Amino acid sequence: MIYGEKVREHFLKPHNMGKMEHPDGVGKVGNIVCGDVMWLYIKVGKNSKGQRIISDIKWQTFGCAAAIATSSAVTDLAKGKTLEEALEISNKKVVDSLGGLPPVKIHCSVLAEDALGEAIYDYLKKNNLRIPKKLQERHEKIIADIKEIEERYKEFLQREETSGKKQSREPGF
Amino acid sequence: MKVYLDNAATTPVRKEVVEAMQPFFSEKFGNASSLHSFGVEARNELEKAREKTASILKVKPSEIIFTSGATEADNFSLKGTALVARKEGKKHLITTAIEHHAVLHSMQWLETQGFDVTYLPVDEFGLVDVEQVSEAIRKDTFLVSVMAANNEIGTIEPFEEIAKICSERNVLFHTDAVQAIGKIPMDLKDIDLLSLSAHKIYGPKGSGVLVVKENVQIEPLIHGGGHEFGKRSGTENVASAVGLAKALELAEKERESEAKRQTALRDKLIDGVLQIPNTRLNGHPTKRLFNNANFSFSFIEGESLILRLNEKGIAASTGSACSSPNLKPSHVLLALGLKPSEAHGSLRLSLGRNNTEEEIDYVLEVLPLVVESLRKISPFAGQ
Repeated sequence: MIYGEKVREHFLKPHNMGKMEHPDGVGKVGNIVCGDVMWLYIKVGKNSKGQRIISDIKWQTFGCAAAIATSSAVTDLAKGKTLEEALEISNKKVVDSLGGLPPVKIHCSVLAEDALGEAIYDYLKKNNLRIPKKLQERHEKIIADIKEIEERYKEFLQREETSGKKQSREPGF
Repeated sequence: MKVYLDNAATTPVRKEVVEAMQPFFSEKFGNASSLHSFGVEARNELEKAREKTASILKVKPSEIIFTSGATEADNFSLKGTALVARKEGKKHLITTAIEHHAVLHSMQWLETQGFDVTYLPVDEFGLVDVEQVSEAIRKDTFLVSVMAANNEIGTIEPFEEIAKICSERNVLFHTDAVQAIGKIPMDLKDIDLLSLSAHKIYGPKGSGVLVVKENVQIEPLIHGGGHEFGKRSGTENVASAVGLAKALELAEKERESEAKRQTALRDKLIDGVLQIPNTRLNGHPTKRLFNNANFSFSFIEGESLILRLNEKGIAASTGSACSSPNLKPSHVLLALGLKPSEAHGSLRLSLGRNNTEEEIDYVLEVLPLVVESLRKISPFAGQ
């Protein structure tokens, strides 16, 4: 396997896996055309100091071993943290906690960072709380990227909706 | 239990093949071009290997060109004939959307050199339409290349019919027969060029053949000492040629019995795997190589599937993007009209002569559990 032992552990026995009923925030990132889709759910509570913390966290992922491992790792890192601390979890921290990832799989860790950020964004937005500038910008970038991918792979996404139709194309995709 | 079900990727070298090759490393090491006894000994064995290969394929020994493998053979057949065609003012080639990259990327390179290429579509089973081939032939068409059987989905193409049309229309016909050789009977009567590889039939890696019929004009790509009838230079790899000939001989000898045995195993596998909900078989239900089974499992991704199977000792492959360096799903599966999610969730199980029924039973026991475990993680299952 091209992955290290920590990735293997998270991939084979992922932590915090599954759907959450009535989450306080949900982050949905990735794209089926690219083969990675990550949904991350959070519950927000308060600690003894009255700060908002991620009291529970769960995820569901369609993707490769690295996508599953980064989903598991990012939720481990975020659980129990204040929202401010959670927003400091970078993709690099996720990669480090996994003892590294192959270069072609680094994008999976970006997806994990984005999923967490989007879940927090969703929570803040729903509760009319102040959204940090950096988070707002990242959210806008994620939305723009999704639009760009949808545009670029229009034909394939339509295929996803119409399903199984007889179709063929030239190579190059 | 370790179960190797990736025989379409490569196969172990047979004991008989290793034994046949053994003397040509240290003992009968001569350069086949040398005039002394060492050279003559090597030359004789090389020519025996050539004759054996030719007689199995029912072509002339002078039509067998040993190469470093099928990738070289594919490159040589397309580029070598293109160089000749250009002098005659012909610049059009026809192929299919589901060829191996050795053909597709050679075609794409030829496009950058001023050639025109038509990529024919395939139907939902991966079959090329013979009529469409015929309609695509133009005045300046010099070659049609259609694989005999597809490496990912195992669909057997109507290559003999296409070869006949090409012969009638005076267009060269090339076929990549890497997966088909040793698995289906092949009549080379109307085939002008044919690529094959030893390591898919229990021979050594780095060993292949391009059959070049004597009517075909081809420019060499590798220049040097004028080996292989001046078509492919480089000191002859006698061990490699002997290994290929032996592997081909054994594959042909056992073809019918293995076809019967492996078809039964394959069908048991297919029937069993299709019991898993939301699963489809990719490729043709009947026009299919006896050792190929290819499935798509909804809601899950292929690399994860392969690696979890690997943990259980099962070796298989996928057309998922995550398994490829460019993160794009298989061009073959997309050409069938599969949804990207289905192309990502594909699994190829390719059987070989060493697989047993016990192994198939083991796979049928393990695979449903692995699929289920990944569907539990997936956001799409249960939607």
